[in-house]
Amino acid sequence: MNANQLLKSLLIAVPMLTLAACSSSQGADDAANQQTNQQQQQGRDSGSGVELDAAERTKTPEEIRAEKMETLQRENIIYFAFDDSRVSSEYGELLADHAEFLVQNPNVDVTIEGHADERGTPEYNIALGERRAKAVAQYLQNLGVSSSQIETVSYGEEKPLVNASTQAAYAKNRRAVLVY
Amino acid sequence: MMKKLLLLLITAAALMTLLQRPANASLEIVITDGVNSARPIAVVPFRWLGEGPAPQGLTEVIAADLMRSGKFNPIPQNAMPQMPSSENEIDYPSWASLGVEAVLVGTIEPYAVDRYTVSFQIVDILRGQITSGTRMLRNGELVTAQDHILDARRSVINGDQFRQYAHRISDVFYETMTGERGAFMTRIAYVTVNHNDDKPYQLVVADYDGYDEKVLLRSPEPLMSPSWSPDGNKLAYVSFENKRPEIFIQDIYTTRREKMTNFPGINSSPVWSPNGERLAMVLSKDGNPEVYVMDINSKELQRVTRHHAIDTEPSWAPDGKSLLFTSERGGRPQIYSVNLDSGQVRRLTFEGEQNLGGTWTPNGQQVVMVNRTQGNYHIAKQDYPNGAMQVLTQTSLDESPSLAPNGSMVIYSTTHNNQQVLALVSVDGRFKARLPAREGEVKSPAWSPFLR
Repeated sequence: MNANQLLKSLLIAVPMLTLAACSSSQGADDAANQQTNQQQQQGRDSGSGVELDAAERTKTPEEIRAEKMETLQRENIIYFAFDDSRVSSEYGELLADHAEFLVQNPNVDVTIEGHADERGTPEYNIALGERRAKAVAQYLQNLGVSSSQIETVSYGEEKPLVNASTQAAYAKNRRAVLVY
Repeated sequence: MMKKLLLLLITAAALMTLLQRPANASLEIVITDGVNSARPIAVVPFRWLGEGPAPQGLTEVIAADLMRSGKFNPIPQNAMPQMPSSENEIDYPSWASLGVEAVLVGTIEPYAVDRYTVSFQIVDILRGQITSGTRMLRNGELVTAQDHILDARRSVINGDQFRQYAHRISDVFYETMTGERGAFMTRIAYVTVNHNDDKPYQLVVADYDGYDEKVLLRSPEPLMSPSWSPDGNKLAYVSFENKRPEIFIQDIYTTRREKMTNFPGINSSPVWSPNGERLAMVLSKDGNPEVYVMDINSKELQRVTRHHAIDTEPSWAPDGKSLLFTSERGGRPQIYSVNLDSGQVRRLTFEGEQNLGGTWTPNGQQVVMVNRTQGNYHIAKQDYPNGAMQVLTQTSLDESPSLAPNGSMVIYSTTHNNQQVLALVSVDGRFKARLPAREGEVKSPAWSPFLR
């Protein structure tokens, strides 16, 4: 297949696939995929010698951003040591990803929630949670994110991730969460 | 000694029956320590002078009140040598032999439809042994000695007022026997959290013994730090209903509420001033958590602390002239006081790794707080301004201490079997009790001022 033909087929295939993606729900997509598989099976079984293959579609900037955000939303928690609000170096890569995304998308805002474990008083833990949220906010700003894109809110010990009084639960609950 | 031990055993066995509560009660008290140091007394079931079934519950409520005060140990009914209904029926030696100091006796009589006359006497057994039935000279006349009758009253009440009147009698008994005002006609506000609910966070008020529970606010987002107005009509609290903390004031009876603050950052720890005109609070709008005082009418703010470390958890001195607060300015959270006129700050606590959540006793002579020593959080008290610290509790993860308005007891939040519950400890640390919830967590208790 020469370059010209490839381009032509892409020109046809990409809008079609995009249309399909836009117009069908998740369940419908699955059904369509199954159908394609069946057609492939039939194609091979018929012994006509043809092979069907799908082209890789080009993603729109919106889709790329949505995918990126989906990844960031999965990797969005920074854990802290007891009574500590320093961002550990192990979260450098995670935060760099978030920062890069926010710098590239200046119209996207992020809320950083600060949380504490249940030890200590609820009111003091509100202050501690804010300090953690602000430490992460500062980290992002140092990587070039505009302060206007960042909100912080502290929930203290009021919204634990794990509802238990164990060291393991405490470690999960001392956290900052980036919410888009 | 044997007598005391026997009494204690009977009491322990009868505790469960005495304190059994109807299924709709949300809080059930479990006395964990301190009954043996309390004064033995008797609350004799009041004699019913009417036809048909007697109104129930009056004396049970009084006995439970007095036991819960930590100061009295009401003996169980089945240990009573007799059931007198007035002073002249009392067989003094039989009560004295049980070590009982005083008995409460009385009658309930029909007055009108669903109206009752309740009469009661508080009788000093030891004094009565000496003087009862004797005659003495008073103002030149020979009269029957009555000084063993410590108090005697009669009131007409409605059928639905028995619980309330029982608390009233408890107040009279407590004041007669201790010289301090009773705090049984008070309420507590607290927050419950039940994650199975679509609105997990609830702001609740109940009688101090957990009865007559009323939910004032249900929210999908956290509620924190309820604080009573000094007239007992309003609560200030923090709500996250708009996905960020804001301070509200809500009228308990009219449901009318007003948003007091929604500054950027923290809006927390609202605490009413003793004169009801101002709210101390914590705001981080100027960079980090600082203590402010807001005039409730004008909403004008006065900044009280100015430090780059965390300053939080304000608590008013009874005279309204200074605040306690928690600060990290010394490296770790400790309790400080600040004079509102001069701005002078003074560190109060030095013992343990941390001290937080300080609150003055109503007489201003002591400070009750959360102390952290070797990683354990307990309720502690210290003389104000300086003195030795005494740890009052042995429960775990204790926080949010709040004092009864007579300064006798502290209600606080603790963790028991992986669940947040409320607990009580007397200010002398001797009496301890737990109030488990039916389901979910119970936290942030706030004891009301004296009501009515």
